[in-house]
Amino acid sequence: MVPANRPHLLRLVWTLLFVAGVAAIPVLNRRTLATAPTVGSAPGRFGFHLQEVAREAGVDFVHQPPVFDPQLSHIMPQVASTGASVAVADFDRDGWQDFYFTNSADNSLNRLYRNGGDGRFTDVAVQLGVAAVNRTGTGVSMGAVWGDYDNDGYEDLLVYKYGGPLLFHNDGGKAFTDVSARAGLPTWVNANSATWLDFDRDGRLDLFIAGYWADGLNLWRLESTRIMPESFEYAANGGRKYLLRNQGDGTFDDVTQAMGITSRRWTLAVAAADLRGTGYPDLFFANDYGVSELYANQGGTRFVDVAENTGVGRTPKSGMNASFGDIFNDGRLAIYKANISEPGVLVQGNDLWVPKEGGSANGEYDNLAPSLGVDLGGWSWGAQFGDLNNDGTLDLYLVNGYVSAGERSSYWYDFSVIAVGHSSIIGDARNWPDMRGRSFSGYQRKRVWVNDGVGRFTEVAQSVGASDTHDGRAVALVDLGNRGVLDVIVANQGGPALVYRNTVTPGRHWIDVELEGTASNRSAIGARVETRFSGRTQRQDVLAASGFSAQNQRRIHVGLGGATTVDTVTIVWPSGRRQVIERPAIDQLHRVKEPA
Amino acid sequence: MTEVTGAAAAGPLPKGGQWLRLDNRFLPPLLITSILLTAHLSFGILEGWERTGLAIVTAFASEMVLGRITYGKWPYAASAYITGISVGILLRSPFLWPYALCAFISIASKYVLRFRGRHLWNPSNLGVSLVLFLAPETVSLLSVQWGNVVAPMVVIWLLGSVIVWRVGRFYLSATYVASFLLFSLVRAAVTGIPWVAAVAPITGPMYQLFIFFMVTDPKVTVRPMWAQCLVVFIVAFVELILRLNEVVYAPFYALCVVGPCALLVEMWLDARRAKLVVVGAGFSRPDKGQGIA
Repeated sequence: MVPANRPHLLRLVWTLLFVAGVAAIPVLNRRTLATAPTVGSAPGRFGFHLQEVAREAGVDFVHQPPVFDPQLSHIMPQVASTGASVAVADFDRDGWQDFYFTNSADNSLNRLYRNGGDGRFTDVAVQLGVAAVNRTGTGVSMGAVWGDYDNDGYEDLLVYKYGGPLLFHNDGGKAFTDVSARAGLPTWVNANSATWLDFDRDGRLDLFIAGYWADGLNLWRLESTRIMPESFEYAANGGRKYLLRNQGDGTFDDVTQAMGITSRRWTLAVAAADLRGTGYPDLFFANDYGVSELYANQGGTRFVDVAENTGVGRTPKSGMNASFGDIFNDGRLAIYKANISEPGVLVQGNDLWVPKEGGSANGEYDNLAPSLGVDLGGWSWGAQFGDLNNDGTLDLYLVNGYVSAGERSSYWYDFSVIAVGHSSIIGDARNWPDMRGRSFSGYQRKRVWVNDGVGRFTEVAQSVGASDTHDGRAVALVDLGNRGVLDVIVANQGGPALVYRNTVTPGRHWIDVELEGTASNRSAIGARVETRFSGRTQRQDVLAASGFSAQNQRRIHVGLGGATTVDTVTIVWPSGRRQVIERPAIDQLHRVKEPA
Repeated sequence: MTEVTGAAAAGPLPKGGQWLRLDNRFLPPLLITSILLTAHLSFGILEGWERTGLAIVTAFASEMVLGRITYGKWPYAASAYITGISVGILLRSPFLWPYALCAFISIASKYVLRFRGRHLWNPSNLGVSLVLFLAPETVSLLSVQWGNVVAPMVVIWLLGSVIVWRVGRFYLSATYVASFLLFSLVRAAVTGIPWVAAVAPITGPMYQLFIFFMVTDPKVTVRPMWAQCLVVFIVAFVELILRLNEVVYAPFYALCVVGPCALLVEMWLDARRAKLVVVGAGFSRPDKGQGIA
């Protein structure tokens, strides 16, 4: 016999479960966002504090965006949404880190800020010949990256553009000479990223430039409006890539096809490092409108895309950043790729690809961004790993925001309509709804995630002073004052450059290492530095490009927390040589030359 | 999304020599499975099998537990399978919990949100709408093309059309498409966006799933054919209103609002007619709806 009231009881139970389930949605949603910016926390709580000092430091650069063909005027803020970049180098070898900003309006001037060593910076771009690179008809700057391609000890400068890329030879830190034509660079690449790497380990830096818009497209004189991505997530009608091998005589040879790099995706960021322990640098592409690509270097003779096999290239998103960091101090380089998250519309989540523990035959990765709490960053752009509070673990600084215009209006709805359209619709700019001065993920708060080293990142941007809401594009970490802390430089699209001076809580130690190759390329790009302290080992690599349109200082900075000794610093040079420095002194910079 | 369709769901399995004939009740699960497999293996639409798998397992387990306890027998699993797989395809989130919670809520709604023996909402439509509404920061919907070529879209449209034709619901899909196209003209005129942009959403897979699996759900649509078409037309109209107010997930919210309202109106009319019959003939028509116990 079934009790007569059993159906009612059951329905009551089911109702309670249903209500509990529904009630759990907002609760879990809030809990997921528990790392959201916390306002009002005491400075120093997280071990550091940032103060924006650009103006008083003499940095008054304001980026100007490009203006393309009038046929794109209805969506100009979108198609002209990049170009603000920052690249750091000590170009004059005076021991102080300098930095270069790109500008993107026709006839606008780029800036090269020389570090006076007294907290002041002076623009010397015009004087040294690297300012006027955006002349009408030649394209405009999208970014720059430093590297000593001729091993003369001075960092040379590549400026990549929507236009002809430019290579400037550094003449002893006193002037720059445009050697683009002699070097044999391509005449026009609509590029948003480039990097230096010594892919064949011959001791000379090679060059990689990634096209974004299709080849041959002149955005100022369109022959057709069918220039947009053929899909929001599966587009393969972007620009070709260029792998240019340094021939050692000041010229470069295009070996892209021969080396197996065939991508036509819309690459927004590229970074190179030895991700698989082969001794050769691999290439990671963060692609807009599609999956990422990971080109595995086959001993300097060929590249093979292993992104799908390794897991990093399975899900198409809107990749905008590529940076590497050993977040667990276990020698594994994680890859951070920024994507788009807009509440209520599109939640791609950023990716933090961490090599699977113990490794595997395919070198597979897991996306740990959600579990570590570094996935939701708005419309994310550049990001960098660095120990901001010198506690011995790598933190993460992310800039974001796409188009900040009308504060009370959003383009997102119209974008959501066109983004789902078939390629015949989305691919034609004429079909894209007019932006009419509306914002598009604008005025976003930045993210600064502090790493606790054991599996959790805490978002502290507002608490530590990173409170701007500009449309951030590039971010670079650099010790501007040789104080043993990482300061932050931000390049904003159509906005002022920012310099955040970092103040770290006293009592935290550090060690810096600056490398100079001999058998290896002199910039030591590609070198691996493993610092062992307090029973853990932190790996950092010397990189050229990192993040989005950015380059950090080449100098390796390692926070030590309370540790007062470092056991060893092990350097694996790009040449393959291994050098171990026993118990180096802390709280100082070590300049290390590759042993013969 | 749709439960196994109408008469097919209630009919017995084919016997004897007829076993090779494909029973209608298997068509929707087969269609959605083939869509998922094709889309993922070709274009990698899923962030990982674990999310879709979690949604399917949760839906299946919820259905089994709730159905077994409620009715004393194992429920037909295809409905839960479709709900789970639909949630797994449609939802986009870096987190796992939305998939599990949405699948559970969808299934549970069938046992809770009932009126006069009928559940009022399409399960996954309700679940997805609730999750989207209550967790906008962490959940979004599948909103992009599967690839760039026409062929997959044509195949899905043809396959979907054949199947909804076979189960006798093609007129609903057709009514919705016609209504959407009509209202896209209105949206283009009102907002000034290009008409092809206004039409663009229907070329996406989200709409293909919506058209073939949600608006055709027999358990939550009214009975007369003309009334069903009217309801679908009203869904498209409410979607128009929502879209004019820039609601991104307009079709889901529209169906979520209009569907139950239409059912309640029908029930009210049925009750009114029954009263008249009672008054006129002295007996009432038995409720054909499926009781909870």
